[in-house]
Amino acid sequence: MEENKSEHINHFEKHRHPELSFLEKDIGKPKLVLVGNPNVGKSLVFNELSGMNVEVSNYPGTTVEIIKGSYKNYDVYDTPGVYGVSSFNDEERVARDEILGADIILNIVDATHLERDLFLTQQLIDMGKKLVVLMNFMDDVKRHNIKIEIEKLSQFLGVDIFPIIAVKGEGFDKIAGAIERAREGIQREGMHGSLHSMLKMVGSQAEALLILEGDEFIAKRHGVHPGSSRDEIYIDRRNRINYIVNQVVIDDSPKKRISEMVGRWAIKPITGIPILAFALYISYLFVGKFVAQIVVNFTEIQIGKGHWEPWVREIITAIIPSSSWWNSLLVGDFGIITMTTTYLLFLLLPLVIAFYVALSLMEDSGYLPRLATMVDRTLSVLGLNGRAVIPLILGFGCVTSATITTRLLGTEREKTIATALLQFAIPCSAQLAVIAALLAGAGFLPMLVYALTIFGVLIAIGTILNKFLHGESAPLLLDLPPMRIPRIQNVARKTFYRTFQFMKEASGWFFVGALAVGIAQITGLLVYLQKLIIPLTTHWLQLPPEASTAFIMGVVRRDFGAAGLYHLSLSPMQITIALITITLFVPCIASLMVMMKERGLKEGFIIWIGTWVVAFFIGGVVSHIVI
Amino acid sequence: MLKSKNAVPLHLTSTGDVLRIASMPHGTLRAQFVRLGIHEGEKVKCLERLPGGTVVIQKNRQQIAIGHQLAKQIMVIVIGDKEK
Repeated sequence: MEENKSEHINHFEKHRHPELSFLEKDIGKPKLVLVGNPNVGKSLVFNELSGMNVEVSNYPGTTVEIIKGSYKNYDVYDTPGVYGVSSFNDEERVARDEILGADIILNIVDATHLERDLFLTQQLIDMGKKLVVLMNFMDDVKRHNIKIEIEKLSQFLGVDIFPIIAVKGEGFDKIAGAIERAREGIQREGMHGSLHSMLKMVGSQAEALLILEGDEFIAKRHGVHPGSSRDEIYIDRRNRINYIVNQVVIDDSPKKRISEMVGRWAIKPITGIPILAFALYISYLFVGKFVAQIVVNFTEIQIGKGHWEPWVREIITAIIPSSSWWNSLLVGDFGIITMTTTYLLFLLLPLVIAFYVALSLMEDSGYLPRLATMVDRTLSVLGLNGRAVIPLILGFGCVTSATITTRLLGTEREKTIATALLQFAIPCSAQLAVIAALLAGAGFLPMLVYALTIFGVLIAIGTILNKFLHGESAPLLLDLPPMRIPRIQNVARKTFYRTFQFMKEASGWFFVGALAVGIAQITGLLVYLQKLIIPLTTHWLQLPPEASTAFIMGVVRRDFGAAGLYHLSLSPMQITIALITITLFVPCIASLMVMMKERGLKEGFIIWIGTWVVAFFIGGVVSHIVI
Repeated sequence: MLKSKNAVPLHLTSTGDVLRIASMPHGTLRAQFVRLGIHEGEKVKCLERLPGGTVVIQKNRQQIAIGHQLAKQIMVIVIGDKEK
């Protein structure tokens, strides 16, 4: 694990290009940085301040977005939610650098979680930052019968505190004045000596404190050794905050609340499994029925095949004659402009958006962390912790986007396992529709054979990788946010950013993949490959030779593979064998490319070869058992 | 000082137990716990103990899910089992 960490550190630091960093841009304008724990309503405040004029960019070397806007004469930055300033993961490293570069900090705290949130506030104060506190969820405070003596708290901290209700915009009129009142708070005594000597060496109080707290990155930047007093400083700060909270908060809230009860039901298997089934069913109605059938039918068939493809084909053919191989490369059956655009924009995009909407709703309601908790023990058999439920669910939408999402997992080991599971055993939505239709026609027994085989392979691959991969997976440690009704604005924004990221990172690979296949078709390589696997198809899998075409087409688009089986006359069990093989084998070419990029050439290649071997091996074994 | 013979690993407690934290693992995990308000001597409640040993603890309004591997490394003293 240590090795992984340092590898990761190097990767991150290697990709930090100081000249590109936002810290160095626009030196003239003062920087106003919004800081807070996760789910405290930072984004709502950010939107209020910056309006629509927002720049989103990735922090170099990470997937973490930097969201920048402007307010009056300030540059405003939103930061990822963090529980403290340190360097435990990418989010924290990005937040840390934004905080270090800040002129003024707008610290947003959740009034119902002051014990947790004020730790960060006190740390910002100890760093010597100028700040002002916005205390959100004042409506919940009232509803839960909590009393907070804000005046007294403000005296303890030495900074101003403004109550707000972000969802209603209450108190927002005070923010302008609040920013002007930002100042340094009351720092913890007792560590002045060591802080002072470190300050002399590094020249910034904030960085000096982080070094004393053992921050390896900052220490490295200044060429000094990280301090070893983190525990001491943290416990001291924690005790201080506990003392303050005891002095200023009286919590008379009734013990049982409905939302809390629902939250607990979601965690316990006995109630949690029916809740999961319900959530999945609703998601299925939305994604599988509404978007995949009604919306995609319209976008893919009407817009894509009906208007876009004939239109662009006509234009291109007017310039490049249809006899030219350029023409077929661009607008042929697998043309980059025709097929890939239709696939990407009119089939995948609506599905990916729908999946992200469902995911954001589950996340913002507080359900997703509870689901992760419930499945944690089960996933640990596969060497994953509960958080891996997110990429695994997303895989049923689009394996390519899910492969990108594996980044949120804690260790390289978990990323490898999750990626392998996605590439091997999770059929994406494009494929699922065809699989479901074919299996429904085949009957109950074939359906059962299919489900058991795929599920068995999933468990087997996870278990084997867990056993043989070096290192340890990170344990689950998750702060469960309260159950809340999701805010539409928040869901919309998250969906937008995630979809944007997916399109930015994956769309290019769909074109590259289509180009590769187009060339393979023109050069005859595609036909050659199809012929090459015919013996395997007929003898080993006991399928008609034409099925090999379907397999190869599966490389182009996963659903093409399955759809190619429609026209063959297959017995129900033959359908099952073909579907098992196609599900296990080769993910679409875009997900292959993204996997290579995410996991490196070597690992990506091994997984890819693995899918070929496993797909044909398992397909053949099942074939010899059932046929 | 809080280490006593009565201390049990967190994953062996039951839903509803009131606990005092006796010892915790070191390193960054510890720092993450301290930030969330959990450290030696704190009183917490075992809100849910799931089959397999995943535990959700509660302190005030804060709920924290802890995987069974991590829960094994946290020693606690059961000081009450009010809500059964």
